[in-house]
Amino acid sequence: MSKVFKSLIPFGIFAVAYLALSMVVTNSYYQFILTMVLVWASFGLSWNMLSGYTGLISFGHASFFGLGAFATVLAHYHLGISPWIMLPVSALIGATAGVLIGLPTFRLRGHYFALSMLAYPLAFMYVFQWLGYPEISLPRERENPAAYMQFDDGRIYTLLAMVILAAIVVLTRIIETRRFGMALIAIKQNEAAAEAAGINTLGWKLAAIAVSGGIAGLVGAFYSVVILVITPHSVFGMLISAQALTVTMFGGVGTVWGPIIGASFLIPIAETLHAELGSYLPGIQGVVYGIAIVVLIIAAPEGLYWKARDLFRGRSGTGGETEMPKSETPADAEALATVTPLPTQFRTSADADAEPVLEVDNLSKSFGGLKAVQNVSFKVPAGMILGIIGPNGAGKTTLFNLLNGFQKPDEGRVRLNGGDVLGEKPHAICRAGVGRTFQIMRPFKRMSVHDNVKVGAYVHAANEDEAEEITRAALHEAGLDGIAERMAGGLTTKDLRLMELARALAGRPEILLLDETLAGLGKHESEEVIAIIRRLAKSGKTIVIIEHTMQAMVQLVDRFLVLDHGEVVTEGEPEAVTRDPRVIEAYLGKKWASNA
Amino acid sequence: MTETQILIESTLQAIAAGILIGAIYGLMCVGLAMIFGIMRVINFAQGDFMMIGMYAAFFALTLLGLPSFLGPVVGPYVAVLLAAPLLYGFGWLIHRTLIRRVTGIETADLEGEGHYAQLILTLGIALILQNGAMILFGAELISIRTPLSSDAIFVGPFLDGLAVFLNKARLVSACISVVIIVALWWVIKSTTLGKSLRAAADNPEAAIYMGIDVDRSHRTAFALGTAITATAGGLLATNYPFHPFVGLEYVIIMYAGVVLGGIGSVIGAFWGGMAIGLVQQLSTIILPTQLQNATIFVFFLLIVILRPQGFFGRNVERT
Repeated sequence: MSKVFKSLIPFGIFAVAYLALSMVVTNSYYQFILTMVLVWASFGLSWNMLSGYTGLISFGHASFFGLGAFATVLAHYHLGISPWIMLPVSALIGATAGVLIGLPTFRLRGHYFALSMLAYPLAFMYVFQWLGYPEISLPRERENPAAYMQFDDGRIYTLLAMVILAAIVVLTRIIETRRFGMALIAIKQNEAAAEAAGINTLGWKLAAIAVSGGIAGLVGAFYSVVILVITPHSVFGMLISAQALTVTMFGGVGTVWGPIIGASFLIPIAETLHAELGSYLPGIQGVVYGIAIVVLIIAAPEGLYWKARDLFRGRSGTGGETEMPKSETPADAEALATVTPLPTQFRTSADADAEPVLEVDNLSKSFGGLKAVQNVSFKVPAGMILGIIGPNGAGKTTLFNLLNGFQKPDEGRVRLNGGDVLGEKPHAICRAGVGRTFQIMRPFKRMSVHDNVKVGAYVHAANEDEAEEITRAALHEAGLDGIAERMAGGLTTKDLRLMELARALAGRPEILLLDETLAGLGKHESEEVIAIIRRLAKSGKTIVIIEHTMQAMVQLVDRFLVLDHGEVVTEGEPEAVTRDPRVIEAYLGKKWASNA
Repeated sequence: MTETQILIESTLQAIAAGILIGAIYGLMCVGLAMIFGIMRVINFAQGDFMMIGMYAAFFALTLLGLPSFLGPVVGPYVAVLLAAPLLYGFGWLIHRTLIRRVTGIETADLEGEGHYAQLILTLGIALILQNGAMILFGAELISIRTPLSSDAIFVGPFLDGLAVFLNKARLVSACISVVIIVALWWVIKSTTLGKSLRAAADNPEAAIYMGIDVDRSHRTAFALGTAITATAGGLLATNYPFHPFVGLEYVIIMYAGVVLGGIGSVIGAFWGGMAIGLVQQLSTIILPTQLQNATIFVFFLLIVILRPQGFFGRNVERT
């Protein structure tokens, strides 16, 4: 908690200075601008909560904003209910609308999500027009204006807006530092990896849209109180949704400061232009926002805050290479010819007759006509290192995707410690004890190594302290203690591989699925990683590792499973498998097989 | 006339109107399909390009004084066709100066990040165009009227006095739309230009190695898509009044059509647009006209949520 409050000191200073400024402003129009800056900053924070942290761009935040505004105005107009009551009610309406909209719409990703979100406020706009509210204003209360949030002194609105903003800032900071915030950032950076690390992505996204919609509803309600007259177009219109996105993108996405910086710059400019030129250039505000967006996305796509921070920290702009150079196949020819399997005494002491941790039975999966995995069966006893090899396209990664729940098999069974895990979602399978790494690495680039690993630690941690403890242990196991605070974006391939390993370990898995963990590593790096994997096996972890190069694998594994065209070619001890003519054929073609 | 007869007649009327408007929507969708479906560039400003096309046609008509020597019937359609090359140039320029920075070979097969940049960049362009148009042209409703706009052909009476009327302006617009689609289909199928477009779309990397200038192909497709949608806008404007913010409503219609028709399929996009036209017109039988567009938005949501790969398309999602 203290960390949260410490980080709020700059905001406290800002708030006090801002309020002091508002106290001396007597011009009512300037006072109005001061209020509006805070209103739009709050609305920006609402958008940021969903889109900034999860990366799902919403073009439709006007839905929640407009519902809040209409609820407040209609309740006052028809029922005489005070906005003091309607503000929290509007937040509730916004949150409910968020969940109702999120449930179907989260099935979509990327641009489909953005466009669908746009359709909601436009539909609302027509519905409210059809309901007969082309324009509606809050009745003036002469008796007891304060009870209806009506004040002659504009400074009170600025003060109220600051209270709202402060509450949202505190909420955002608390969420940022908790499991909630970590989960959202992990989803943004890589949804599949987050799911595989045990995060219930749909659940957290719904939580995010509920909070975000709630804030937007509240802000919309307050906006209607300040502005007094609303129309469907003025609260559900495109410009409202764009406003949230613009102030946040301008100031900085995914940080509490972004919307505040963005609103402080853009709102005064747009409002002043509107006031000075609005009568003969009626769309000038929109043009300014448009230009701001265009310039921004080209010059500083993540906003001023990050640009300034990167400059300040002297970080280079690139996020580091993650794509692996593919090892060349010809090397395999040599590998096969010269491999010397590990002497038996160095193998892990896995007992082949022991109770299997993982039991795969007749697993099959086709994509259209392509049979990616066909009738694959195998067992992995506790503490064993099983190597799955096969040429490119043999179905190795598909097999892993079936095992950890990314894809559903057409047929077959997968049992973990005797329990059926087939058809479960990836995060549930992770929870059940299957950890995995990826062939194409999926680091959360803007997070430190420590935080990357911590995302995985929440699977079995009851609280923050326990998560921290598990994280430390996993970092240690993977030999990453020294670089825990480095940003993942700047790591070497080897360290990224180890970081993914540590992230998987943090989920306390019983079985680890490693997808080409040695790919793209030099000889010495490869040996280092092998030593770490062996150590894990010794400590009792069961490991299944995919590779398509053999050289490193023979030094590592207890047993091989060879796949080709989705089928098991053979299974057995490394010595036997490397001499099997069918294996040589699968790797090098018939010509080599007959020569061997 | 009995109740049932009235219902049958209004249904037939809605279907007829839906086919006519659907053909124009179809052309609109084909324009977007060139950009979004084929080149995988998400263009949020497509509706506003269409709006610019409507104004371009309007000013071509009034400033060039076309009716004075082409007559009031032919003049507007010539104006619409004159606006097309203008918008081709406009699209070309927008791509050259802005879109190119967030698309191209690096982002061509990138699902996430490239698209966000495109989405937000084109949102910015949309805001500039909408509000810029309001500054330049004002917010009043304008239409490109021809004497055909308020004239209709009566089909019937058939089956005990049932009759359906077809608005002449829409009928002509729908026919022009179909002609353009057929011509475009031929260009894509049979010409070198079409082949290079398809190659650049299918596998940009391989296309480069085959000596195709992918960047140029993308620009051509973008400009062509802009011109086609703008033409559809002009054709629509002979019967519908428009204003600077008209694009927003149609951008949803266009994406709905493209998604419905299956991403990547140009002809599919036409049928998608046709389906939207029919849904819109048929909805008026049971719902008030003000909710026409709300119906389309709900329909769009249903399509993307239930079947994002469309009805003719393939599923493109990869793990």
